[in-house]
Amino acid sequence: MKKMLISMLAITTVIAAAGCSSSPNETAPAQGQGNATSTETVELSFSSWGGSAYKETNDLLIQAFTAKHPNIKIKIEDTPNKQYWQKMEAAASGENLPDVFWMNGPRFASYAANGMLQPLDDLIKQDKVDLNNYPESLVKLYNYNGKQYAIPKDFDTIGVWYNKALFDAKGVPYPDGSWNWDQFVDTAKKLTDPAKGVWGVAAALDSQGGYYNTIYQSGGSVISDDKKKSGYDSPEGIAGIKFWTDLINVHKVSPTLAQMTDTEPLDMFQSGKVAMLWEGSWNATTFAKNDYLKDKVDVAPLPKNKQQSVVIHGLGYAMSAKSQHPKEAWELLKFLGSKEAMDIHAKTGVAIPAYNGTQDTWVKSFPNMKLQIFIDEVKYAKPYPVSKYTSKWSSLEPEILNKAWAGQVSAKEAAKQLAAKMNEALAAEK
Amino acid sequence: MESQGVVSPSPHIHATTHKRSNLARSQWLWGYLMIAPFFLGLLGFYIWPIIQTFYFSFTKWEAFNTYSWAGLDNYKRLVQDVSLLHALRNTVTYVVMFVPMSIILSIIVATLLNQKIRGLAIYRTLFFLPVVTMPAAVAMVWKWLYNGDYGLINYVLSLFAIKAQNWLTDPKWALFAIVVVAVWSSIGNNMIIFLSGLQGISSSYYEAASIDGAGPFRKFYVITLPLLTPTIFFVTVISLIGAFQVFDLIYMMIGSKSLMVENTQSVVYLFYKYAFENNDKGYASAVGIFLLVIIMLITAVQMKLQKKWVHYE
Repeated sequence: MKKMLISMLAITTVIAAAGCSSSPNETAPAQGQGNATSTETVELSFSSWGGSAYKETNDLLIQAFTAKHPNIKIKIEDTPNKQYWQKMEAAASGENLPDVFWMNGPRFASYAANGMLQPLDDLIKQDKVDLNNYPESLVKLYNYNGKQYAIPKDFDTIGVWYNKALFDAKGVPYPDGSWNWDQFVDTAKKLTDPAKGVWGVAAALDSQGGYYNTIYQSGGSVISDDKKKSGYDSPEGIAGIKFWTDLINVHKVSPTLAQMTDTEPLDMFQSGKVAMLWEGSWNATTFAKNDYLKDKVDVAPLPKNKQQSVVIHGLGYAMSAKSQHPKEAWELLKFLGSKEAMDIHAKTGVAIPAYNGTQDTWVKSFPNMKLQIFIDEVKYAKPYPVSKYTSKWSSLEPEILNKAWAGQVSAKEAAKQLAAKMNEALAAEK
Repeated sequence: MESQGVVSPSPHIHATTHKRSNLARSQWLWGYLMIAPFFLGLLGFYIWPIIQTFYFSFTKWEAFNTYSWAGLDNYKRLVQDVSLLHALRNTVTYVVMFVPMSIILSIIVATLLNQKIRGLAIYRTLFFLPVVTMPAAVAMVWKWLYNGDYGLINYVLSLFAIKAQNWLTDPKWALFAIVVVAVWSSIGNNMIIFLSGLQGISSSYYEAASIDGAGPFRKFYVITLPLLTPTIFFVTVISLIGAFQVFDLIYMMIGSKSLMVENTQSVVYLFYKYAFENNDKGYASAVGIFLLVIIMLITAVQMKLQKKWVHYE
């Protein structure tokens, strides 16, 4: 009798453990645990990678949405960017994508092409959503084979964030944006002070914040318009890379790659170790809340080379094609793309909202920073380079370029290697 | 379920053997029932995934986890993969540095903490703390300690006029720096195992040795070590298996942009890259099987060699 009891206990324990341990996929509980009663409380899952910067924004968005739709509950799942796409990939193949989630340019085509996203055209027409309210380039970014799969959320451009206190210490006038590459390097040289452990700029190994812009500024592009050829090995592409490697290895105005590996460039900027940093508009909230930086930080447009240019990108909101609550998910999506949601973004300053006319609020959200430059840059902005399976070649960029950053190979050598591998990857895309 | 050696005259034989086999059978049944939960878990969470991985190593994966048969393509690629060769070299270097250091230090610590000294519980707890600390937290803190410009280790060295080193960004030091963290994390675990092994050594041996005039070091070499060899063998096998599978420390302490990636990435790191960053799960499975075979061979060799040096009482 006792043996019977013990073995029953043992077996139940194992079954319970097996049941509990196998759900690392947190999107599972949200899907249609559908209390399928008629005025059902529906729970939607909404995924983002906004992190702590978006806490206030997300709270306000949910409040506003639930006020209009009291029967819909939103479950936010925030994942750090590094793991977001692995999680989405796993969810997608398990047919378990969140109802509504953040989408970006590089990943968009693969999701749309493989039927993971719900096409929105009929819904857009039926509810009279006017796509003219968003910049055309952003709407196009999320259009695949003539079908619209996402609604633009925001856009971002890159600026030169700088530390006014470090400029003052060296008596250097603040940049007004009329500078070119040589003048930028000069400024950096004046600000570099090895004795104090301060550098003019952190030449981060960063695509969106760094070399994508300098390649465009040199008149080149990262990928050809027909998405079949890499632009890295063109003279313009090489020039774009060389700008950065020279900052470290020739002009010595930047920490080395080793130093930037030990300490993130963002951390260096936020602790006053570098005077300038090329970074995105999305840092406005973080910098404004940083105790050290908040009264010292400002931003200027990027310097120009052959031409002025900057890479523009924008996130979108997409809907899972297999959502258990498509009607409610669309309501959420529609709301997120609406002027009201965009105003919340602008007020909390987390991102430049995509809805035309709402950007002013964002600019005014942190009046001590010249955020207007990010909007002004749009007129000469070029699109973020993407292809059907962008990550297959974009993941190679840091692996190959880091040797040029470390001065072990020339910029030309690294650029050519990267172009060769990128062309291989593009050829494999069907 | 041996027979009780009862010899009965014929009319009773049938009854007794029937009772005996009933008893035997019910004991046999209970035995399997008791290990069933563990065995089912082993089957479902280890054996089945290994079989699946073996199968997947012959497939090619596309976007969103769709896959197709690819025959021996992955293995052909594997034998030509230079990164994998480097990763194997890094892994072996790591193993050669980690295992001896970890075991020797753990034995020393366990021996020292096997005496009745004041604060024994506190010392044991302190040494065990790294084991219960989250690997991510360990990696983060040690990364800052190792920081080339602002790290505490270089600061302390500077007080002794020793030149600062780039612990995580210099090819000379990167892998060794990681080994140090791994050894630090592992001492507690091994110490517990060695402590139980030490406590299994009868104190009569030590008493006899004292009578013969042996000092502490002699006692250690002549009594402790030989009688500890079964435990040492166990810890060596487990440590070797774990060391060949090193991943999380390297992944968390060496950033993906670091120049040191080629110098430090382990076979499992590469497996992770192929499986989850490049979505190449078929090839990654082949890498997994490759590592499995290597570890099995090494373990088999150890099992064969144990007769030579392990002293079972």
